[in-house]
This record gives sequence, C-alpha cells and structure tokens, in this order.
Amino acid sequence: MAKVNVKVCLGTTCFVMGSSNLQELLELVPRKYGDQVEVAGSPCLGLCSIDWEFSKAPYVKVDDEVIKEATVEKVLAAIDSKLGK
Amino acid sequence: MAINTPNKQTSHLKREILVRLIRAYLGENFEEDVRLIPYKMRPQGSEVPYRCCIHKERAILRDRVIASLGFDIEEAEDSELLSNLAKKALDRKEPEQHPLTLLQTACNECVPARIHVTDLCQGCVARPCESACRFGAIKVENGKSRIDHSKCKNCGLCAQVCPYQAITKIIVPCENACPVGAIAKDENGITHIDNEKCISCGKCVTACPFGAVHKKSQVLDILKNIKTGKKVIAMLAPSIMGQLPCTPKQLKQAILKLGFADVVEVAIGADITSANESAEFKERVIEGGAPFMTTSCCAAYNELVEKHIPEIKQYRSTTGTPAYYTAELMKKNNPDALTVFFSPCVAKRREAMQNPNIDFVISFEELGAWFVALNVQVAECEESEYEVESSAQARYYAVTGGVAQAVNAMLDEKDQAKPHIINGLDKTAIKDLKKFAKNGSCELGNLIEVMACPGGCLGGSNTINSYRQAVKQLTEYVNSSKDVKEVVKD
Repeated sequence: MAKVNVKVCLGTTCFVMGSSNLQELLELVPRKYGDQVEVAGSPCLGLCSIDWEFSKAPYVKVDDEVIKEATVEKVLAAIDSKLGK
Repeated sequence: MAINTPNKQTSHLKREILVRLIRAYLGENFEEDVRLIPYKMRPQGSEVPYRCCIHKERAILRDRVIASLGFDIEEAEDSELLSNLAKKALDRKEPEQHPLTLLQTACNECVPARIHVTDLCQGCVARPCESACRFGAIKVENGKSRIDHSKCKNCGLCAQVCPYQAITKIIVPCENACPVGAIAKDENGITHIDNEKCISCGKCVTACPFGAVHKKSQVLDILKNIKTGKKVIAMLAPSIMGQLPCTPKQLKQAILKLGFADVVEVAIGADITSANESAEFKERVIEGGAPFMTTSCCAAYNELVEKHIPEIKQYRSTTGTPAYYTAELMKKNNPDALTVFFSPCVAKRREAMQNPNIDFVISFEELGAWFVALNVQVAECEESEYEVESSAQARYYAVTGGVAQAVNAMLDEKDQAKPHIINGLDKTAIKDLKKFAKNGSCELGNLIEVMACPGGCLGGSNTINSYRQAVKQLTEYVNSSKDVKEVVKD
C-alpha cells in the first residue's frame, strides 16, 4: 500500500499564523501510524501567496489534499480518512 | 504551572489584523484601507464563525484594530471611523503609557465569578454544604441546595464538602489568572484593569478565551520612523532566538530587510548584567552577610516589587536589566538613533516607558506579522554576523534558571550562590516572596531568580513558537556559543 505523505508548511507565513504549534505532528504521526505515513516539515509550499490567502494559513498537505487553517485534529482526521479508518 | 502558550484562535485573529494593518501602512491608501479591515475579514455573505451576526463580528474586529493602532479601546468613541483613528495614530508623538486595553464588548459574555449549584445536587440528608457554610448562605429548598448570593462570600467551602461534587466555582479566566487582583468585573459586569495594581505580566492576555485583552501596539510608530528615514536599531531579546524557522544570523538579515539600520542581541547587555550581578551578590551576600538577593531582570517582577512588595526592594539586586545596558550602549554610540526592544512579553513595554534609552517595543508576534505582510521568507535570507559576540550564558537568560546559572558562572567556586528559582509569578509565589521579605530570610537559597512567566521569557505571552521547540532551537544556539569567561574580561 502506498504511504500517505504529510507535509507541514514551515514557511514564515504558516509558522507565524500557527504551524509553530503543528510541529508536534512531526513526532506524533510516526508514533501513531508507524510507517504507513510519512511526515515532514517543509519550506514554504507557496499556498499563502495565491490571492493573498495568508489568513487561511497554516497549510498542511496530506497527499494532494490541501488543509487550510490546519490544526493537529484536522490533519489527523485527514490521515485517518486516507487510510480508510 | 502551565506555560503561557498563546491561544491559537485568538492569536490567529490578532496576527491577521496586524498583517493587514502593516500592509495598509505600506500601501497607497492607509486610512481607507484601515477602515476596511473588518469588512475584508468578514466580507458580505461570509460565514460568522464566532458571534451572533456579521455586524457584531465586524464591530469587535474594529475594536481589535483600535488596539493594533496603539490606542485604548475603552477610550475610543464608538462613532469614530477607523480611518480617523488611523490618521491620529500617525500624528501621535509618543505611545500610550499603559500597555494593555480591554475589549469590553467581548467581556460582557462572561458570567461573573460565583459559586453555583448544578443539577447534580441530590438534596441529600447529610447536607454538609449547609453546615460548612459560615455565612448561612446555602439552604436546601424544594429538595435542592440554593445559594443566597447576597450572603455568599465565594469561599468555596460548600463545593469542597459536597459528596456529589455538585457545587462548582464559576471563574472569570482573566480574574483567575491575575496574580495581583488587578482585573475584575464591576457591578455592571464590565471588566476593568486597575493600572495602579497591574504589573503587566500578560497572564490575562493568555487566559482570556475571547482574546479580549489587547496590547496597544507600537508597530505603526516604528514603521513611521523607519519610513521618515530615522536610524532605527533593533535590540533582540535572547528569547527571540528559536522563535522563527531560521538561524539567528538569518534572522538578523530578515530584520535588516524591514528597514532597521542595525540589529544587536540584548545578550550583550546580559553579559554586563551577569558581571555586575555576580559582583553585587559577592559583595552583599558572601561578604556583607545579607540573607539573600533577588534578581532584577524580569520587568513584571520589578513592577510587582514597586506596586505590591516594596519591603523586598532592599533584597533586590540593583543591577540593570540586559535591555537597560544594551540600550545604554546603543544610545551612547548612536545618539541620533531610535532603539526598539524586541520583546517576548507585555511587561517590557512598561520598562521601556520608564527608560529614556528605549524608544519603542515590538513583540515577537508583531515582528512575525511584519514578515508576513512583506512576504519575507526568513529561511531563505542570507546569514549576517552579529558584530558583538555574546556568551552562551547570556543567550540562555531566556530560560528559567538561566540568570542564576550565569551569575554562578562568574563566581569563584567558594562564592557560589545557592539559587532558588521562582518559575512563574502566581499568588503562591507572591505569598512566598512576601514571607522572605518579612522574615528577612529564605531557607531555600540565597539567590532568588524570579521569572514572571513559567519557563522563563520563552514562555512569554507574545511568543510565536511552541515552548518545547523554542527551547530546542535556542539550546542549539547556546551550545554553539562561547563561555562567559571567554567573552567577559574584567
């Protein structure tokens, strides 16, 4: 089965608007899902500069799905649905 | 004690407003763009995430913009246009004296603190609540306990003795968090901050779930001075290293991009503080026989001493804060320059007001918003060296225990201090400090380090990064720095 890929944007905008609090995902996700999910912090994904949507930051990508105003709970829910849980 | 991590939703709102305000200033139509901020954030037909209707959402956003413009929300006239206030903000010569202001439209929704009997009350036979109450304020009527609020003193004894845990104490989060009783609701249910009592520790800012306590921002005053070509120097508190996703040297370059003329670490002042404070400790405690000495670098603690525990003043170190020495150096070398202290907390705004060498204060949140507004990617900046090197110990001032460690690093083996660390100022810590002052002794140590925020400055209410990550990043920087003995020479 293909791994689910999670990218937490740690660009300046996302970081200031809240991804600083999402860094716990980098430890939490491997603990919870083992090698089913790959998770990493990422340099700016460029999502905040589309139409000046900085107000919807922080962004997280779960495979191709973009999560706006991401929270730990939202990201975990997206991973669960990818894994068919 | 919990770290003062800022609430995610309310910080998001406050930061979004700051970004929009800074963009408005840097754009073509400042006053009109400021007026439109609430409408841009809640455009026609948009969702209403928090309040009863879009009009109230916008009204509250308007009030938040007033604080970001640097004004008192309570004093602003309801009928005044934001565009007018924006103009006044640019005409202002000096920032306001007291750093906090309250958004009272949000406060109204809090229930005043009191004891409340829930539906879980069984109207039992034993009725320990009745016998525990010393004021005759609780009686069982129609099978349930009832409280007579005209008699109740909110002592909470009835809640403690109830076998069903059916009685609860309803708290107002800001009142509950304030260690000095400076914030309270009046008889009309409206919350006020008593500036005579407030020590600007910022605990109410973090505690309020509505984000109703605001700082009056000085960011416009800083922007304005940079725009008019003034030489403005950035002085970075040690706790800033680890707040943003970049190296300390990249951070310097990123701040230079905003238009600052120079960027220095306040850690250079911390090295002077360590040298002076260790000498003072040796003189007063080791040689002079004083029972103990307290540190003097936390601004909220210093205000606490002035306003609530004057009797401990004689035991407090007379050494200046790192910000004090850094600002003094900057003004001496650049008499025409303006200085801006980059701060993790609210309290440093008060210190700056009382120090003519510090012109303005900007919080880490405001700095972050500035980067967002200009789309500065800090991780992509070049590295820029700090001209004056600071020690590992000075850079570690930001973490609880760091100041005491630095003092001890400067003292000989035989003169070592025994530190007692106050990791966060709450009511218990204040009681302890009063006791030490009254008794003239402290059995727990002879150097009392006081940090108003649990975790130290990295736990300040204006920080961006989560505490653990920030400590990790800062520690890396500290570990790559020289020992204080190599940096500070007599």
